[in-house]
Amino acid sequence: MPELSTVVFYVFSAIMLLAATRVISVKNPVHAALFLVLAFFSASALWMLLKAEFLAIALVLVYVGAVMVLFLFVVMMLDVNVEELRKQFRSYLPVGLLVGTAVLIEMALVLALAFGKKSSAAGETVAVVVDGSNTKALGIELFTKYIFAVEVAGVLLLVAIVAAIALTLRDRRETRYQNPGEQVLIRARDRVRVLKIASEKPTPAETPAAPAEPAAAAAASAAEVKK
Amino acid sequence: MLPVPTLNSYLFVAAALFTISVIGIFINRRNVIILLMAIELMLLAVNLNFIAFSSYLGDLSGQVFVFFILTVAAAESAIGLAILVVLFRNVRSIDVEQIGTLKG
Repeated sequence: MPELSTVVFYVFSAIMLLAATRVISVKNPVHAALFLVLAFFSASALWMLLKAEFLAIALVLVYVGAVMVLFLFVVMMLDVNVEELRKQFRSYLPVGLLVGTAVLIEMALVLALAFGKKSSAAGETVAVVVDGSNTKALGIELFTKYIFAVEVAGVLLLVAIVAAIALTLRDRRETRYQNPGEQVLIRARDRVRVLKIASEKPTPAETPAAPAEPAAAAAASAAEVKK
Repeated sequence: MLPVPTLNSYLFVAAALFTISVIGIFINRRNVIILLMAIELMLLAVNLNFIAFSSYLGDLSGQVFVFFILTVAAAESAIGLAILVVLFRNVRSIDVEQIGTLKG
């Protein structure tokens, strides 16, 4: 009967690899994002098995909680024509498989021939990194030895925020909006001009209704609005 | 009977994951969203390697490095998705072939 940790390793590795295969082969991008979430969860379990608890939880919180939600938002926001993008799917497949096989064979050769012999003696069991909390040890390491790198990472995140906002921000020229500053500064004198127009007396020959029209025109021009 | 996982088994899993994402980049090379996801998978494979080595060699520096890789990957995917949104707004498609039309 194998140990529980062995079973956990095989089960979660298989789930992770299957989910990764589905990510690259599934038709709908929403499903691909959800399979990616599954792959991240399985990887998190593997990291937990390697006694990297802090990173395992950070992976779930940061990746599944933030980055994948961002992915899902974008995928659902864009109305993508998937069929058109997958037209040449089959024609790309042989090249992809060829390159993938080459990469896999190279890595396997390195692992099995050159590296495996040296590591097999030392790496039989998982060496415990620290006796106490992994989070505590990692925190001490981060904020003493690597404090400069942490600061640089913070600046990098700030730059990423600014870049993402600057890229997606747009001023809609078709939208009309008010400028409160200009509204406050406006003076009535600039807008309304009062004109003095000599009043006209109706001639007895015209009907009483006729003079109303020139008078209305005069009133309209008197209250001329300057733009 | 299952053999007990060693450092090499973790490295093989990471290599397989990396290979899958390389294949994914080749077969989905018109769809930018899937390309970004494949890059995330590649980074996951690299991180798995780092943590496996860190754990088996008893050195915490590998986990610190993974922490920074996670930071950079989050920034990268945020900016990548922003570029994707801008691309879609301009050409109404996320085809890689259309990115050439963005040059100003």
